[in-house]
Amino acid sequence: MSAEVGWATLEHIVLVLASVGLATLVGVPLGIALTRRPAWQRPVLGFANVVQTIPSLALFGLLIPLPFFGIGMRTALVALTLYALLPILRGTVTGIATVDPALREAAVGMGMTDTQLLRHVELPLAATVILAGIRVATVIGVGVATIAAPIGAGGLGVLVFSGLASLDNARILAGAVPAALLALAADAALGLLERRVRWPR
Amino acid sequence: MSFVVFDDVGVRAPDGRAILDRFSLDVPEGEAVAIVGPSGGGKTTALKLVNALRLPSSGSVRVAGRRTTEWDPIALRRSAGYVIQEIGLFPHLTVAENVALAPVIAGWPGDVEARVDELLELVGLAPADYRTRYPHELSGGQRQRVGVARALAADPPLVLLDEPFAALDPVTRFALQGEFRALLERLRLTAIFVTHDLREALRVCDRVAVVVDGRVVQTLTPVQVRTSSHPVVRALKEASGL
Repeated sequence: MSAEVGWATLEHIVLVLASVGLATLVGVPLGIALTRRPAWQRPVLGFANVVQTIPSLALFGLLIPLPFFGIGMRTALVALTLYALLPILRGTVTGIATVDPALREAAVGMGMTDTQLLRHVELPLAATVILAGIRVATVIGVGVATIAAPIGAGGLGVLVFSGLASLDNARILAGAVPAALLALAADAALGLLERRVRWPR
Repeated sequence: MSFVVFDDVGVRAPDGRAILDRFSLDVPEGEAVAIVGPSGGGKTTALKLVNALRLPSSGSVRVAGRRTTEWDPIALRRSAGYVIQEIGLFPHLTVAENVALAPVIAGWPGDVEARVDELLELVGLAPADYRTRYPHELSGGQRQRVGVARALAADPPLVLLDEPFAALDPVTRFALQGEFRALLERLRLTAIFVTHDLREALRVCDRVAVVVDGRVVQTLTPVQVRTSSHPVVRALKEASGL
């Protein structure tokens, strides 16, 4: 069974990394765009909020009947990405919005273009808040990925659900314990990274 | 020749209230002019007109002969060093990185690191001791020195200062005023210096524009300040113990 656990763990990690990576690639630029167009913040964050509120099994259920999705890794990946989007989006918007306006004015006053303002001032100062969003998204992702097993996502959830079906406690634990450890490890690693990008005060 | 000209400028707040009203002032090239007056009189707004952080609602502001509305705002701001109260230093950057930022964003052709050392020396901070420190590790006076170094780093012909020394203790403030005056003379800079302290204005600048309710009521040389009996000037003199 240990080879099976190893394989499932690897699948799980890939699923979470892919979905959080995708959500970061979409969420951070979208978040930056929202700070430039404050009028779009309410509708976009509102949509992300609604997605976040849908229970994960229900979201899978909603996606499966759609063309292009169905049962499988693809649906799980899309659902997990949607889940990861809100914390990352919100972290980016909040992080940049809470940069001291006096610093922003000093930067603009010295002749920075918008890109330079973002690169030299806003992103470095918002980095810890953005990373905190990615951290939350990752921890949630590890959990939700477990529930994605019944729709064919693979991962540690397969062990948990098959263990439940066959009343095999050892099998349940073989899935549940690594999943829990994975969440803790991701949280600790990203916490470490968060401290590294924190600017001195 | 005038380097900065405010010509009959009006600025309105979003609620329609006049912040500046028929504000006129000439700042000759190579001169330091103080904008002095009670708080809420529009001094900071006047300063922000020069680097196009604000635009006039009526009238015009010309820098080097061109209206601020016709300048590329980025180019205009890069040719005007800007010093504000200590909050203006970037907390996530070291002293050297803060000073280097202006030349870096402007695509300085020379050796930026050498330029940083030159500027730190100029404001009396030994590069070896200060380069790698962060703003929070500095005293208020040291922070303002870094602020001045950063404003001058890209070698602008014009410097704009908004109450740069207001948060400092009296002894440090006095020392920095003297040093800054010497720096202005040495570099032949044109400067506009906003302050509420008439004594400071006289120590640093060649002329003093007294601003009340969004308008320049008098422009005076230090000698004229001494003899002026204008009620606002008298009040400012009294407040500064002159």
